[in-house]
Amino acid sequence: MIGYTEKIRKRARELLAEGKVDAFVGYRLGSVPLMNQPVMIKRPEDTEQLVWDSNCCLNLANYLTKRQERIGIVANGCNSRNIVIHITENQIKREQLYILGIPCEGTLDHRAILRAMGEKELISYAEQGDSFTVKANGLEKTFKKTDFLRTNCRTCQHKNPVIYDELLGELVPENTNVDPYSDVRAIENQSSEKKWEFFRNLISKCLRCYACRNACPLCYCPTCFVDESKPQWVGKSIDPTDTMTFHILRAFHCAGRCTDCGACERVCPVAIPMRQFTKKLNKDAKELFNWEPGLSLDQRPLFDFYKPEDYNDFVY
Amino acid sequence: MKNPYLPYPVRIEDIVVETEDRNLKTFKFKFLNPEDEAKFQYIPGQFAELSVPGKGEIPIGIASSPTEKGYVTFTVNKVGVVTTFLHNMKVGDIMGIRGPLGNWYPWEEMEGKNVVIIGGGFAFTTLRSSIVYMLHPDNRPKFKRIIVVYGARNPGLLLYKQELMEWEKRDDIEMHITVDATDDPNWKYNIGFVPAITEQKVKSSEDAYAIVCGPPIMIKFTQPVLEKLGFPPERIILSLENRMKCAIGMCGRCNVGDQFVCKDGPVFSLAKLRTLPPEY
Amino acid sequence: MSTPKIFKKEEWLSVVNGLRNKYKVFVPVKDGDIHLFKELKDGTKPDFAYSNTRLSPKGIVYPQSERMFECPLEEGKEGAFILKESPKEFVPQVVLGIRPCDAHGFLIVKRNFDNPQYQDPWWVQRYQATTFIGLGCNDPCPTCFCNAVGEGPFGEQGLDIIMYDVSDSYVLKPVTDKGKELLSGLGGRDANAEEIKAIDEIKASAISKMASPFSIEPLRSKTQLDLFNAPYWEDVAFACINCGTCTYLCPTCWCFDIQDETYKKYCDRIRNWDSCMFPLFTLHGSGHNPRDKKFQRVRQRFMHKLKYYVDKYGDGVQCSGCGRCVRYCPVNIDIRHVCKLMCM
Repeated sequence: MIGYTEKIRKRARELLAEGKVDAFVGYRLGSVPLMNQPVMIKRPEDTEQLVWDSNCCLNLANYLTKRQERIGIVANGCNSRNIVIHITENQIKREQLYILGIPCEGTLDHRAILRAMGEKELISYAEQGDSFTVKANGLEKTFKKTDFLRTNCRTCQHKNPVIYDELLGELVPENTNVDPYSDVRAIENQSSEKKWEFFRNLISKCLRCYACRNACPLCYCPTCFVDESKPQWVGKSIDPTDTMTFHILRAFHCAGRCTDCGACERVCPVAIPMRQFTKKLNKDAKELFNWEPGLSLDQRPLFDFYKPEDYNDFVY
Repeated sequence: MKNPYLPYPVRIEDIVVETEDRNLKTFKFKFLNPEDEAKFQYIPGQFAELSVPGKGEIPIGIASSPTEKGYVTFTVNKVGVVTTFLHNMKVGDIMGIRGPLGNWYPWEEMEGKNVVIIGGGFAFTTLRSSIVYMLHPDNRPKFKRIIVVYGARNPGLLLYKQELMEWEKRDDIEMHITVDATDDPNWKYNIGFVPAITEQKVKSSEDAYAIVCGPPIMIKFTQPVLEKLGFPPERIILSLENRMKCAIGMCGRCNVGDQFVCKDGPVFSLAKLRTLPPEY
Repeated sequence: MSTPKIFKKEEWLSVVNGLRNKYKVFVPVKDGDIHLFKELKDGTKPDFAYSNTRLSPKGIVYPQSERMFECPLEEGKEGAFILKESPKEFVPQVVLGIRPCDAHGFLIVKRNFDNPQYQDPWWVQRYQATTFIGLGCNDPCPTCFCNAVGEGPFGEQGLDIIMYDVSDSYVLKPVTDKGKELLSGLGGRDANAEEIKAIDEIKASAISKMASPFSIEPLRSKTQLDLFNAPYWEDVAFACINCGTCTYLCPTCWCFDIQDETYKKYCDRIRNWDSCMFPLFTLHGSGHNPRDKKFQRVRQRFMHKLKYYVDKYGDGVQCSGCGRCVRYCPVNIDIRHVCKLMCM
């Protein structure tokens, strides 16, 4: 991840100055440690704001929906897969994009870092190679990045971008011997009552703020099903039935499309492990249909086509 | 503690289809409890929330005048969930009314002055309330000339057609009814857009107030006409609309700048509106 | 005002449990990674060494979803189609350990729900039934700015009693008559002069740890239109994802929605928190939306908090500096940064 910042600034500046793109979407440093803010730069001199570090957790493909300009953008593995999905689903055209591909070593779990710092609020973050140093009032610690990767980054099998106009670094080796679904298997093997209790606990703190839905690049419907009023499908209170309906239905709308980027989990203000809704569906897509979304522009979406040899044991 | 969210129960006494396309109906309500009618003292320009249990509430201008006793009327446009349901209700059905809400046209300021009323389409409801109020024998002497310009897209879409014709015959009010276009050979009144008719028929702004109620496009083109006639922004009165829920200035959604359309409005002078962000 | 009382921390839990005879008591409790205010029950472990709760305690007086009215929807049933108030009990309650920023937040919200023309019966009655025992912040967060928009980490606005954490004890000082009455029944011994002096040192130390307050004076003198038409809103708003995190976590945001829900032949009219960040907030039935673009909604939030509220009530901004939106905005839109932009 070292040196990406300089390369991104240089290339973004050149692309804007040469008129190859109208705007550049990347991250700028946040005003609090462990945060970076998505930014759209339009003038070459402003590209000095751009950064890339191990806290770039939000999915930038979310900001591409239905834009009309030519856009330069940085994309790591999962972000690039979401860009592919966006193109396949007609939310942006390939010709509009100039993608700077970033082979990614993973991003950090801010909640784990805070736990390790005794929940003291951080005043600074600095990274050096494969470690980072955080400071709170009266406390300073240095950690290895690999000990604090987000859980989806730990088991990521697509670290390298799948689509790009140029690569900003050497490709990194992919994880081969990982099981991304061990937590799903643990729940799958439980009784129905236990599973239902698991999901009831999962939504118990939900505020219906929709940060998860709004941070997700897949959720681009002009009117989300929870906002429909003629007729109204879902109630707007924090009634557990309505809340469960929202989360489960949203997960199904993401089935076969979710790249496990973890933006939903990152943004939840009450720390609900949001990926527990979508991981089972990702696992089913992989194991039943040998399907992983967003790997190539030649793939049609999973539910867009039918092959006679498709898994259909559930059809009576 | 008085609960400002609690509607008064009312019964639908009468429903009149006002327009040819059947999208506008006038509902006449009677309060189930007589003491509620005494509490519902209103002044032309105000609105109320029509409350349909199970569906929701809608803010609608009061079309009847406080001089008409025993009932209140509202003319409702069929637009969404609540209004569609309301349009399908029958005489005798029970529902609720919350109000009166908002501020009113500046009647005290307008005493002793000429009053020019300019309305378009189905925004005419509170203007009807104002006209009936002013024409009442107790009130008529308080005002000098009353000039009304009211237009719709075609004759079928005019509201209160019967009353318009009756007012036209009176000599204490000058009616200029107009339509944008018509192929009815028997059309007796004007043909032309409201701003154009206003320019033709309103000769002077001297000692006059203009109350303007209509779709945004009509207001946009009427404003320059009034300014050319010399109406200062303090004497051009507008009534705004915005999405509302509580209608008592608490839920926070209807604000224009620091003014709540439901509580500090919906009546604003153009002078006041010009100090506010144009977000409506 | 009567003398402050001092309680040893070891005896504090039993003192607090003693309050349960007369009040419903809410205390900060650790729940996973976050703290929340929860009702004190047998076995609840309050954590007064917390920095602040994830959600502000505004929900204790103003629940996120609340039934207002109900009625049957069946012709012939008694009271059909005539909404009546849902029965409620406003039991005396205590919010124990609330931070001064959150207590100040209640005063700000009170302006909305309790004014000469209209009073919201549920908010007002529940607020009147609540006693606030605040805990001053010995260790203010780096992201807090209560010293710029309020009275600082030991401010007494909105509190009935203020509590000071003095090493192995808590010193409680009454601020209002309500607080005095509650305190008189709690026991404890009068704090002595030395103990009271220790409080002043703690206060000074806490305040010195905070960043110097930025000025909010220019917000008063600039006009609404000047701020509204400023050029920086598009840049401020780009990252925003229009979720409700800032508004729902904020102690001073109060906007709500009213929904009718029906089940079989019965109707409930419910009030839910709502957010000006959502596009539906201002959507007209005709389809017209005065704020259909994202930057207009982001601008509305800051204009409302930092300008419209200032103009309307003439008494500071609609923000108590708790810092939650700064810490938890998923895209790091920082109100301190926006306030500085607006004041420039």
